[in-house]
Amino acid sequence: MKVLSRQEDIHQFKDEILALCDEDASRCVQCGKCTASCPIAPEMDLKPSQVLRHIQINSSKPVLQCSTIWLCASCETCSSRCPEGIEIATLMDTLRKVAIEEGLAMGQKQIVAFDEIFLDSIKRYGRVHELGLVMRYNMASRQPLKDAHLGLLMLGKGKLSLFAHGIRDRATIREIFRKSRRFFGK
Amino acid sequence: MTELSQDEKIKIMTYSEVLEVKGFVGNFDVMIRKKPRYIDETKCTGCGECIEKCLTFAPNEWELGLGKRKAVYKPFVQGIPNVPVIDPEVCGYFTTGLCNVCSKICEADAIDYNQKDEYITEKFGIIVVATGFDQLDTSVYGEYGGGRFKDVITGLHFERMLDTSGPTGGHVIRPSNYKEAKRVVFIQCAGSRDEVKGMPYCSRICCMYTAKQAILLKDHVPDSQSYVFYIDIRTAGKNYEEFYKKAQREAGAIYIRGRVSKIYEKGDQLVVRGADTLIGEQIEVEADLVVLAAAAVPRDGAKELAKMLNIPHDTYGFFSEAHPKLQPVESVTRGVYIAGACQFPKDVPDSVATTGAAAVKACSILSQDELTIDPKIAYVDTELCSGCLNCVQVCPFDAIRAEVVDGKDVASIVQSLCHGCGNCASTCRTKAANVRGFSDDQIYAQISAPLFSKRGGER
Repeated sequence: MKVLSRQEDIHQFKDEILALCDEDASRCVQCGKCTASCPIAPEMDLKPSQVLRHIQINSSKPVLQCSTIWLCASCETCSSRCPEGIEIATLMDTLRKVAIEEGLAMGQKQIVAFDEIFLDSIKRYGRVHELGLVMRYNMASRQPLKDAHLGLLMLGKGKLSLFAHGIRDRATIREIFRKSRRFFGK
Repeated sequence: MTELSQDEKIKIMTYSEVLEVKGFVGNFDVMIRKKPRYIDETKCTGCGECIEKCLTFAPNEWELGLGKRKAVYKPFVQGIPNVPVIDPEVCGYFTTGLCNVCSKICEADAIDYNQKDEYITEKFGIIVVATGFDQLDTSVYGEYGGGRFKDVITGLHFERMLDTSGPTGGHVIRPSNYKEAKRVVFIQCAGSRDEVKGMPYCSRICCMYTAKQAILLKDHVPDSQSYVFYIDIRTAGKNYEEFYKKAQREAGAIYIRGRVSKIYEKGDQLVVRGADTLIGEQIEVEADLVVLAAAAVPRDGAKELAKMLNIPHDTYGFFSEAHPKLQPVESVTRGVYIAGACQFPKDVPDSVATTGAAAVKACSILSQDELTIDPKIAYVDTELCSGCLNCVQVCPFDAIRAEVVDGKDVASIVQSLCHGCGNCASTCRTKAANVRGFSDDQIYAQISAPLFSKRGGER
């Protein structure tokens, strides 16, 4: 049960998010239009409007551990439909960053792992090396032979390459990663 | 109010009660009981010395028991006339006969312990009923403490606390220990929209006054935090939604959608257990003070007054309008108007609007020499009337009187009261009573026309 105690500043989490992305969850009137418009809502454990509600009552843990923020595809339908003009997709993005920072148990570990491997590939080569991505992800998710038969087929047709092809100007990519280190310390 | 009391065309009778109403529009005979103040209004200068020196205290009704008053008192600061009243229930003179301090010190010699009820009968043209509403007694809610917790109060108590001339001088305190209240939980619909313990209707004013109180709380106690439990927020009115959002955004009020299931004590604080239905979880809030938005209910005695004025009321006791859309301030009795929250819970703008409407309706009748009414009303053929007066009993508007014509008793219609319902006409055994335009012959003719004429042919 959520207990709103004397010691707790009920506005703390809301203010923290507000400072990070300039989106004020307290504006939300809980009309539910974001949930209604979200194409992935049926798969989410907390619906988008519930995420906003949790922020309103300073209930950060459920928000940072839910699957919602990781399942969000950032399609921004919610943002464009919100009658209060809250950029909910931006807010979800911020919540993902905070969740990584706080190091709490993730709602969707595999998605986080995928994101990390994907970004690592970008960081190294400036583009995705598909085979490397798939194999590393399969190792991380402990199912090394998943889709292996398709891999062979695609290799045969030249859809996958064995070696990574880096872009020319990798220094600029590295610069981007360096500048966004606040969120991606690794 | 003082300005009104000094207007020579306005006569205000305070501390008085209407006992009986007879007559009809333009000719009401009203009997009024003027209760004894035990102070001569014509002599009293309103200096207040008697109040100062009075030795006996009683709970202050105006402050809803939050403060005390003397046995001789003015009900509230702006009250008119500026004359105190002695409460014989507690006054030393009336209870023991030993005290007469006030009469001794009154320089104007205005104290008169021997005053008696005064009965006045006066003629009036129009009656406007504006008797207001009461708060539901929230002690029916055992889960909210049922009156056990001192720190569970109603919206009106809170309103008195916010008043700088109120019992706490404008400080929001916990009645249990007089310390400042920093965490306040407001509970909406305490009796409204509750078909079991309260009233089935929405009291309509609570959403807005709670938003106002949340904003004022932040003004009075800047480091306070308010929580509002609600079922729905109803902000139908000009600038109301904006005001409600101001309570959330500027005063930082946290609105929680769900009813409260119980309040319990933990140490010296209250814990409010409710649900946040938007996330589907139970929620508990630690609070210093809990404010219940008690349902608005009809005044005690509203039904008796309705009987006296011959106007209908609904099942709760709110007076009924003649037509819900087109005659919202008229009662079915001509010449009696209803204004403000005695008809249904209303906020200030609505009360002012209906009162203004009733006043103008009254003036439009009073300013004319003759009253124009619908011609389709009843009449009695005195030659046929047997004087049985059965019609008097069935008339819902009390519009039939007995009259002596040519030495015999007959029924007579008071034209300004009759609405042409036809009850008398259908009751009358001698066919003496009829409604103009709807006489028995006319009705029979109407029925026989379709029955006996040839289809499509000439009659």
